[in-house]
Amino acid sequence: MTLSPAARFALRAVMALGLAVIYVPLLVVLVNSVNADRAFGWPPSGFTGRWWSQALDNEGAREAVLTSVKAGLGATALALVLGTMAAFAVARYRFFGREAVSLVVVLPIALPGIVTGIALSNAFQVVLKPLGIGLGLFTVIVGHATFCVVTIYNNVLARLRRTGTSLEEASADLGADTFQTFRYVTFPNLRSALVAGALLSFALSFDEIIVTTFTAGPGAETLPIWIFSNLFRPNQAPVVNVLAAALIVLSVVPIWIAQRLSAGARTVA
Amino acid sequence: MDDDQGLTAREPDRPAPGLRRRAAALLHRRPRLRLSLLLSAPLAWLVVVYLGALAAIFLTAFWTTDTFTGEVVRTFTLDNFRGLWDEPVYRTIALRSLGVAAAVTAIDTVLGLPMAFYMAKVARPRYRTYLVIAILAPLWAAYLVKAYAWRVMLSEGGLIDEALRPFGLSGPGYGLTATVIVLAYLWLPYMILPVYTGLERLPDSLLDAAGDLGARPLRTFRSVVLPLVYPSLVAGSIFTFSLSLGDYITVKIVGGRGQLIGNVVYDNIGAAGNLPFAAAVATVPVVVMLGYLAAARRTGALREL
Repeated sequence: MTLSPAARFALRAVMALGLAVIYVPLLVVLVNSVNADRAFGWPPSGFTGRWWSQALDNEGAREAVLTSVKAGLGATALALVLGTMAAFAVARYRFFGREAVSLVVVLPIALPGIVTGIALSNAFQVVLKPLGIGLGLFTVIVGHATFCVVTIYNNVLARLRRTGTSLEEASADLGADTFQTFRYVTFPNLRSALVAGALLSFALSFDEIIVTTFTAGPGAETLPIWIFSNLFRPNQAPVVNVLAAALIVLSVVPIWIAQRLSAGARTVA
Repeated sequence: MDDDQGLTAREPDRPAPGLRRRAAALLHRRPRLRLSLLLSAPLAWLVVVYLGALAAIFLTAFWTTDTFTGEVVRTFTLDNFRGLWDEPVYRTIALRSLGVAAAVTAIDTVLGLPMAFYMAKVARPRYRTYLVIAILAPLWAAYLVKAYAWRVMLSEGGLIDEALRPFGLSGPGYGLTATVIVLAYLWLPYMILPVYTGLERLPDSLLDAAGDLGARPLRTFRSVVLPLVYPSLVAGSIFTFSLSLGDYITVKIVGGRGQLIGNVVYDNIGAAGNLPFAAAVATVPVVVMLGYLAAARRTGALREL
């Protein structure tokens, strides 16, 4: 599209401004994690690595990271199975209520988290408590899986729609049975979509706080919950800041992988 | 290799096919069976567990809590909803929440649309990937981290105050304005990404054609780009609106004493222990979002999520 130089400049300015707004707060956190001033005075009076070593020694923070990783892995595993199944049903079959399946998959993230949170918490109390299962890591995983399904579902559905069924038909014509076709034809085609969806799902779970607040029992303190409960304690501030900075730095890794995957998929398809 | 058996020519004295092969054949012959098996687990989870839980909480909204024992009394009553409607405080909070969600959505649209347009149509293709990464990356940095970053920046004598001092201004401090700013900041990528995807799909030739027919950029934008990208905009707004409507954490971090619907729900569960009333309050955002989704469905936005 031919744009006047002024329009081009304006768009570029908005883009630059937007990126600046997005990144300045993150930079502030990064700088503060090495800010020698305990109260994060601005500009920093000096730099120190003390907070980082303090954070690494923090038992509660370490436990919380571990819990979050477990919850993320569990929820992602469940979401992978459920999301892929639902995506196959919607992509490959016509049936009554197909649109409704899409809606019900989207619903857990479309509805405010607090609603999902209290609904699941209430259901767990009523159904699981009599069975002797209290709120804990298990209920966190169930809660997270519910809203993680959509990430896998979307990725797999998009891939299935793009690849079509000709390869699978060819495989069947060559004598492969349903399972063989899935294993040797369909699954390899889906792999990168599954990884991209799984990354997103893990990130979603790792970051979630609202549903977690309601579904986590005393034994399952995830990282966001830990950070939130220490956010208003002045003497924990440096540790919170270091964790925040670490999360920002680490967030580059999954995004890089996801981008590689989708770029690779585009050139193949 | 066991898996190879089906690929070689069939011999007359071949042993009966194994269980796996028979199951595969059965599945192959019966597409409906395949479909039911595929749908069984996801629907059991999402419909029975999730929708069931939603239905249960909705039912709870019609019960009450005994003020003496704190036990839930299971008799049907509309008291919770009546209380919600009659009490001006709650009406104010509900309207305020809707206002915040609308403001956040408006800010994100105004900021996100030009950014997405720049990414998809103006920037050189080589840079597009990097711009997408630049927008996506903060999504992976934790929500709390970002809200916290703003708490630090908005604090008295923080970066915002310092930056505005030369102009004789001071930052908004903690409060409703801060809440809107931080929520808009948090959900901006959720607006940019669907719009970017929508714009990327829009062929450049359409824009060129509009230009060839004499449309100026603004006219092209209004008559060609906007109608085609509208479903994606609505899809983005579902995120910004819904996420803002249910939020209570950001409010706690930068909102000062201002309350949103989420806080009322949270406080009624935590401090007051009044689940039925909390459930009644929580139906407000649900009804709003269901209406929003129903309207969005007509634009085809749900396919853009």
